[in-house]
Parts: sequence; C-alpha cells; structure tokens
Amino acid sequence: MHRAGPLPWLKPGVFVGSLVPLAAILFRAWRGELGANPIVQALNQLGLIALVFLVATLACTPLKTSFGWTWPIRLRRLLGLFGFSYALLHVSTYAALDQVLDWHAIWEDVTRRKFIVVGFTAFVLLVPLAATSTRGALKRLGYARWKRLHRLAYVAPALGVMHFTWRVKKDMTEPAAYALVLGGLLLVRVGIYLRSRPSAPLQPE
Amino acid sequence: MGRLAKDPAASEITPEGVYMRRREFMRNAVLFTATSTGVGSTLLWLMRGGRVEPKPSERAGGSDASEQQLAIARRGSYTTDERLTPYRDVTSYNNFYEFGTDKSDPADHARRLRPRPWTVTIGGEVHRPQIIDIDQLLGWFPLEERVYRLRCVEAWSMVIPWVGFPLGDLLERVEPTSRAKYVAFTALLDAEQLPEQRRHVLDWPYVEALRIDEAMHPLAILAVGLYGKVLPNQNGAPLRLVVPWKYGFKGIKSIVKIHLTEEQPPTTWNLAAPHEYGFYANVNPAVDHPRWSQATERRIGEFRRRPTLPFNGYAEQVAELYARMDLRRFF
Repeated sequence: MHRAGPLPWLKPGVFVGSLVPLAAILFRAWRGELGANPIVQALNQLGLIALVFLVATLACTPLKTSFGWTWPIRLRRLLGLFGFSYALLHVSTYAALDQVLDWHAIWEDVTRRKFIVVGFTAFVLLVPLAATSTRGALKRLGYARWKRLHRLAYVAPALGVMHFTWRVKKDMTEPAAYALVLGGLLLVRVGIYLRSRPSAPLQPE
Repeated sequence: MGRLAKDPAASEITPEGVYMRRREFMRNAVLFTATSTGVGSTLLWLMRGGRVEPKPSERAGGSDASEQQLAIARRGSYTTDERLTPYRDVTSYNNFYEFGTDKSDPADHARRLRPRPWTVTIGGEVHRPQIIDIDQLLGWFPLEERVYRLRCVEAWSMVIPWVGFPLGDLLERVEPTSRAKYVAFTALLDAEQLPEQRRHVLDWPYVEALRIDEAMHPLAILAVGLYGKVLPNQNGAPLRLVVPWKYGFKGIKSIVKIHLTEEQPPTTWNLAAPHEYGFYANVNPAVDHPRWSQATERRIGEFRRRPTLPFNGYAEQVAELYARMDLRRFF
C-alpha cells in the first residue's frame, strides 16, 4: 500500500522538469536545430546542465538551515543523481560523438589538457557518490563514513566551474556567475559550521 | 531511516476515499504541472546562457541587402573544389564578438549594423592615402570568386565561396612607401551598431595586422560577398579580410581603416591572451593551443574530425614566407 507523504507532487514534478533539457536536446537534434555544429552544442549544453544540478544539490542544506525549509533536503539525492546522469551524458557525448572513440586522442586530452583533466576528475569523483546514493549503501558504509565520502559533492562542482572557466575562450560572465553562486553556497556552509561549533568563551588577556 | 514495521498500522492507512478525493487530486496535478514546468523552463533558460530569445525584427533575415547579387568578373585561382559549407551554416555560425560571444549571436543581432554608407580610410606609410566610399572602392577592382577553407582556432572549419579582390591590388594602388613593413586593420567602433562593444570582453575596436609580404600574397583577399551575394552583416559587411592559411580570427570584419606601418601593430586576440594567440596565427597542427589540440578539426556538416593541414592546406603557396622562422615561437 502506497502512502503519500507531504507534497506528493514535489519529487515527480522536479523529476519530469529535470528531463526537459535532455528532451529539448534530443528534439532539436532530431529536427536539425542544434546549429551548424550540433555535437559541440549538445556537448556544451549537457555539461552546463550537469553543473547546474551539482550546484543545486549543494543549495539544499543551506536552504534548510537558512529558512527552515525541509523540502529541499528531500530533493537532494534526486538532484545529485541528475547531476551525475547529465555529466555521464556529457562525457559519453565527448567520447563517442566528438572524439568517435579515438582512445589515443581521448587519453591525450584526459591527461594533458588541464580543462579536461579537471572536468574528468570531477566526473570520476561523482561515480562513487552515485554508486552509494542508495539507502542500502548508506547503511553498509555507516553514516559517518558515508557523510565523509559525500563531502566530494563539494569538490566536484568546484572542479566543474574550473573546467567551464578554462574552456571558455574569453567571455567569463557565465563561469563567473556559477563560481559566485557556488562560492556563496560554500560560504553559507562555513557560517553554519562555525555557528555549530561549541564556542569557547573569549578569554580576556 | 527505514520504517520499523513492514506494514503500516491499519490506522495509518489513508482511507481510499479520502486519498482519491477529487479536489486533492486536482490540486496535486496542478502543483505537479507547475513544478515540472517551472523546473524545465528554468533549465532551458540556463541552457541558453540566461539570455532571452532575440526579437525576430533584430534577426538578420531575407529582406536585407545581403540578397543582392554581385557581378563576378571571374572565378579566381586558388579555388578548392571541396564541398561547400551550406549558406545557412556560413551565415548562422559566426564568431563576431561585437554582437555577442555565442555562435548564434551575430545572426541574431546583425541587423543593427548599417553597412551603407561606409567609408574606408587608407593611410600611413603610403604615397596615395585615401578616404574612400565602399561603393567607389568596389568599382576599382574586378570581383573574383575564391572558394577557400576557413579554419577557426576553435578547431572547426568551413569551405566558403568568397567574393572579393586581392588585398595586394589595393595596396599597390595606394603605393606603399619603402618604410611600410606591416598592414594594420581596424574594425568599426560604434556601440549603437555593435551592441556588445558596451561590454569589455575584448578591447574595442577589433584590430588585426599582417606583415606586408603576407598582405601582398595573392591568396590574401578583401571579401565583399559570399555565395555570389553581398556579404551578410554577421559575416563582416561590408568589407572583411580573408587570409585562408591563418586562423579565422585574423579575418577582421567590418573594416573602416587600413594603415601601413613600420612597426608591428597590436592585434586584438594577441593583446587579450598573448600566450594563446600569436601575431602570425598560421594554421599549424603541430602547435597546440595551450588548452586544446589543433591536430584535428571538425568540418561543419561532417561527423568525424579530420586532420588539420599545415597552413590550412596552403603550404605550397605560403610556406616560403616563413622559411627561416621558428613557427613554435612565432605561432
């Protein structure tokens, strides 16, 4: 027997909305509307959406602590898994369509081009997070270890922003916007951490 | 985390009649639709880089001057017989940062540019400096069609049937002095027509330059059209440089000034990132961009990447210009 929790529309709504970018890319590709360089267009858009989800995942906890909302926490795993899925599509598009599985060229890129090194590292870091996103994995690892592992969720989007910044030829507006949002979210975390620490009384000298 | 009991107590189960209440079902359906639409459209907006769709009135379209046919006197030499990149791609996938940094921005906003009336100032180390109207300039030379490969520094390429005349013919006409070692080009500076000049992504106006022997080379042309028609605004109307053995950014668009100099002039991308973009910018698969490989390129319209050729396949014609130069140093 299924029992609907509060806000039964929330997760399905976000889930369907999160599929819209993928649907839009596939639809435009099918209609030939991705422009003159469709592979690069799809590649860039998938990467950008992956970054959006990774940043959004990090916004859940600050929203809870700042405003007392609990619903963002219920979306966190969903958003993180969408971030991983779009990153996987991004990497697959790069390897299969852009480089046509030319492993030599891919190896050169992954080891030598710094923007690809950081981008690929970000993706690799997401793999264990996605693999341990189930309740069962959390139980197996134990909460403390699981939490420590999932601190990588801070590292991956930071590397993602670096990847974006180094990719852009000149106009830094968009990567800077993501860096700013990410920086803001991390600052909120630092604030939370400092407040939650047992504060030692100030010692007058 | 998990529920303690496998089955919830009977008292916890919402009676079906209540659960299926129409009003609640409708409310949830509305909220679900609103959430998915909201999330979906926000993501689509972010995917466009947070830009709004351009107004159709601003988009460069069918009714402008670019539909005008040009009188082509001859099919020029040095023409490649490779498959042409479709007109639609040539005119919708452009780097023209004065209209925005996205490839579709130039076609979306190029209507603001007014390529007539237009004057070009030619001066510096020449015996016969000129301030000349573009239409008068066009009357000076028979127009030629040249089908050239264009290789962008971003590792994509096109094949474009340009219409224009050799830059060398113009330079001969204004008679360079013996001190003329370089030819500097300046593009239009006018934020009314080139709206992104309000932002300082690059130092405006866009400037480019060639060594005089490069400029005199018969492959270097000034283009006034493509596909037999007047140059569309997004491709650099009314007058642009085409140097097919160099990366596309050397091909300065919407030129208002040509100035011959003794010293090497500054060039826009070199000023912006000197370690990434050199003065020469010859297409060279052996010298990578610091951030990506230049060994291969994607020809627009093709799926597989193809190897990039030294001097973009024009080595036979131009390699001797650089015979004693270290092309790794002078990239």
